[in-house]
Amino acid sequence: MAHTETAGALDTQAHAPSGIWRWLSTTNHKDIGTLYLIFACVMFFVGGAMAMVIRLELFKPGMQFVDPSFFNSLTTVHALAMIFGAVMPAWVGLANWMIPMQVGAPDMALPRMNNFSFWLLPFAFTLLLLGFFVPGGAPAGGWTLYPPLVLQGGDSFPLTIFAIHLMGASSIMGAINVIVTIMNMRAPGMTLLRMPLFVLTWLITAYLLIAVMPVLAGAVTMLLTDHFFGTSFFSAAGGGDPVMFQHIFWFFGHPEVYILILPAFGIVSEVIPTFSRKPLFGYEAMVYATASIAFLSFIVWAHHMFTVGMPLVGQLFFMLSTMLISIPTGVKVFNWCATMWRGSLSFEPPMLFALAFLFLFTIGGFSGLMLAIAPADFQYQDTYFVVAHFHYVLVPGSVFTIMAGVYYWLPKWTGHMYSMKLAKWHFWLSAIFVNVLFFPQHFLGLAGMPRRIPDYATQFADWNLVSSIGGFGFGLSQLLFPYIIIKCIRGGERATARVWEGAHGLEWQLPSPAPYHTWEVAPSLSVIHHGSEH
Amino acid sequence: MNMKKLGTAIAATALFALASPAALAAWTLNMTPGITAISRRIYGLHMLMFWWCVVIGAFVFGWMIFSLLRFRKSQGAVADTKLTHNAKAEFIWTVVPILILIGMAVPATRVLIETEDATRTELTIRVTGYQWKWGYQYIDSGVEVLSTLDRASNNARQLGSGIDPNSVPDYLRNVDHPLVVPAGVKVRLLITAQDVIHAWWVPALAIKKDAIPGFINEAWFKVDADKTGLYRGQCAELCGRDHGFMPIVIDVRSKADFDAWLKQQQALQRPADPAQTG
Repeated sequence: MAHTETAGALDTQAHAPSGIWRWLSTTNHKDIGTLYLIFACVMFFVGGAMAMVIRLELFKPGMQFVDPSFFNSLTTVHALAMIFGAVMPAWVGLANWMIPMQVGAPDMALPRMNNFSFWLLPFAFTLLLLGFFVPGGAPAGGWTLYPPLVLQGGDSFPLTIFAIHLMGASSIMGAINVIVTIMNMRAPGMTLLRMPLFVLTWLITAYLLIAVMPVLAGAVTMLLTDHFFGTSFFSAAGGGDPVMFQHIFWFFGHPEVYILILPAFGIVSEVIPTFSRKPLFGYEAMVYATASIAFLSFIVWAHHMFTVGMPLVGQLFFMLSTMLISIPTGVKVFNWCATMWRGSLSFEPPMLFALAFLFLFTIGGFSGLMLAIAPADFQYQDTYFVVAHFHYVLVPGSVFTIMAGVYYWLPKWTGHMYSMKLAKWHFWLSAIFVNVLFFPQHFLGLAGMPRRIPDYATQFADWNLVSSIGGFGFGLSQLLFPYIIIKCIRGGERATARVWEGAHGLEWQLPSPAPYHTWEVAPSLSVIHHGSEH
Repeated sequence: MNMKKLGTAIAATALFALASPAALAAWTLNMTPGITAISRRIYGLHMLMFWWCVVIGAFVFGWMIFSLLRFRKSQGAVADTKLTHNAKAEFIWTVVPILILIGMAVPATRVLIETEDATRTELTIRVTGYQWKWGYQYIDSGVEVLSTLDRASNNARQLGSGIDPNSVPDYLRNVDHPLVVPAGVKVRLLITAQDVIHAWWVPALAIKKDAIPGFINEAWFKVDADKTGLYRGQCAELCGRDHGFMPIVIDVRSKADFDAWLKQQQALQRPADPAQTG
C-alpha cells in the first residue's frame, strides 16, 4: 500500500527493507494486518465466485452447467474458503491493526510469529485449491468432512487435511499472539475492563481458538490415519463409529461459529456508541454476556446432530442448553438498542453496516432459536432453512461487521476519507440483495428442499430463481468494496485524528494515518481515561 | 430518506411475491402439517416458535425503528450521555426471556418424548441407504423393495440432456418402486446404510433420521387412517455425487389393500429368491 505519509516514518527504521521483501519479512503489526486483510478480501472473492457458480446452477431446475461432483466440490470449498480464508483472517487482520493501537502497545507481543502465522495461510490455501487440479477433483464431502464419505475423496483428500492443519496452526499462533499482547502489553492504567470491547471480545475469541483448533486437528488426523494407515476410528467395520467424528467435529465446530461472530459483537459495540454519540449501555453486562456465550458454546455442539439418533436425554440436554444461548445474546441486542436510546444518531457507512447487523443478525437469532427445538429440527435439519439461518448470522453477521470495521478505521489507516456516497451505495445494494438472496431460502427449506443438492424438483423453482437473482446482485455489489478501498488509499479528503465526531478510544488519539510505529511511549493515564470513557 | 427507499424495496419484493398469478402453489412458504399426529404436533411447535419470534421481533424491531426515527442528530437530537446503566431494565430483559424460553421448552420436551416412544409397533421395515438408492425390507414377511430415481427424471437430469424438467411429471421426486405402508398402523423403521451416511426424510411424516453404516437407528410413524396416497421426500445427508437424486416415495394404502399387496409381493419374490427362507 502506498502510504506516502508513512514512508517517512519507515525511513527512520535503519533495517527496514523495501519492495516485496518488506512484506515477506515484515514484523510490523500494521503491515501484517494489511496482509491479512488483503488475503481475506482475495479469498472472499474466490469463495464468492464459487457461490456465483452454485447460484447459477440453481437458477432453474435441470443440470445446465456443472457435474454434480463438481457442484459438491464448490459447496465444500466455498465454505472452507469463506470460513478459514475470508472471515477468520479478516478478524486476525483487524486484531493486528487495532489491538496494539487500542491498548497502547507499540506492536504485537510476538512479531516474528505474527509474520509466520500469516505466511502459512497462502500455502494452506494453495494446497486446498490445488485439489481442483488433481485426479478426483477438489474435496466434495462437505466442509464438515463427515466420514465415511470424505474417505471416498481422491488425491485432494490429503491436500485438504494438510491445508486444515496449516490453517489451524496459523489460527493458534494468531490467538496466542493476541492473548500475550493483551495480557502483557497494555499501557499502565489500561485495566482489562477499561479495554474497548473489540479487544475484549477478541481476547475471549482467542481462548476459544486455542481450545478448539487442536480438536479439529486431531479429528482430521484421525481421518488421515483411517484413510492411509488402516486405523478404524470412524469405521464400524473395524469397531469405530462414524458418529464419533461428528461429535469431535462439532465440539470444534460450535465454538468455531462463535469465533466467527464474537469479534463482530466487539466492533458493533464500538461503532454504535460512536454514531449514537453516547457511551455503550451496560458495558459490564456486555462482557459477561460474551463470556457466557463463550462458555455455553462448549456444551451445545450436538444440536448440529439431532438426527443421528441420540438418546432422549442427550437430545433434551442439547436442546435446552442451546436455548439458553438466546439469553446472553438477547442481553447484547437489548444493550445495543439501549445504546441508541436517547442518543444523537447519524448514519455514516460504519453505522449503516452495524445497524444492518443488528436487524439481520436478530433474524438469524430467531431461526437459530427455532432450530434449537429438537422435534422441529427434525424437519429443519439439513434443509435450506439451515442454509438461510447460518448465512444470516455469517453474512450480515460477520461479513457486514468486518465491513463496518473497515469503513470505521479505514481513514485512520490511510489518512484519507473514502467516498461516503459510494460506500452508501455499497451498503444499500448489499443490504437489499442479501435479503433477496437468503430470505427465500427459509421458504425453500420449510417447503422441503434439502441443502447441498445440485438440482431440485420444479416446485422449488420460483424461490430459487429469486434467490439466485439476489445472489448475483449481492456478488456484483461487493466489487464496489475493493474499489472504494483502493480509491481511498490513493487519495481523498484528509482525515482528522478523531475522524468521527463521537469516537472514543486510544486509536483516535493518534494522527491519521497512524504512523508506522505507534505508542513507542505508552500513553499517559489522562490520555487513557480520556480515550476510554464508557 | 434512506429508510423510505428500503421500505419501497421491501414493499416491491412483497408485491412481487404475492401478485404472481396462477402458479401460486409453487411459492410455498411454510412447512407441511403432515399426515400423522406427531407431524401435526411438530408443525404446531414450529408455528408456536414462529409466532413467538414474530412477537419478540415486533418488540425489538419496533424499538430499533423508533430509535432510528426519533433520535436522529439531523433532527436535532442531543445525546443523553449519562444513560449507561439501568438495573431494572437489565433485570427485566434477562428474566422475561427466561420465562418465554420455559414456555417454549415445556411443549418441545413433551413432543420430543412422544417422538421417542417406539413401543407397540405392529410392522417393522428395515430401511437401507445405498449410494444412491433406498432399500426396504419388510422384516416379518421378507419382502424386499429397491427404490431408485425413475427413468424419466434420470434421463432429464443428465448434464445438457435438453429435456425440460417441467415436462417430466414429479421431476426428481419419483421412484420406480415406492415404499408401500399401511394407514392407521404403527410402523417401525430400522434405518441403516451400506456405504456412507444418508438421511431418510419424509416431511409429511416429520421423520428425518440418519442412516449410518454399521449402526441401526429407529423411527416410527402412524399415518391417519384416511390419509392414503403418495407422499414424497428425499435423502437429506450429503452422500456423494448423486445425493440430490435419491428420492423417497411412500405409498400409503388402507390396511386391507396393504395386506393384499404384501401377500402378492411375497408370492412374487419367494420363488425367485431362495435365500429368503433363511
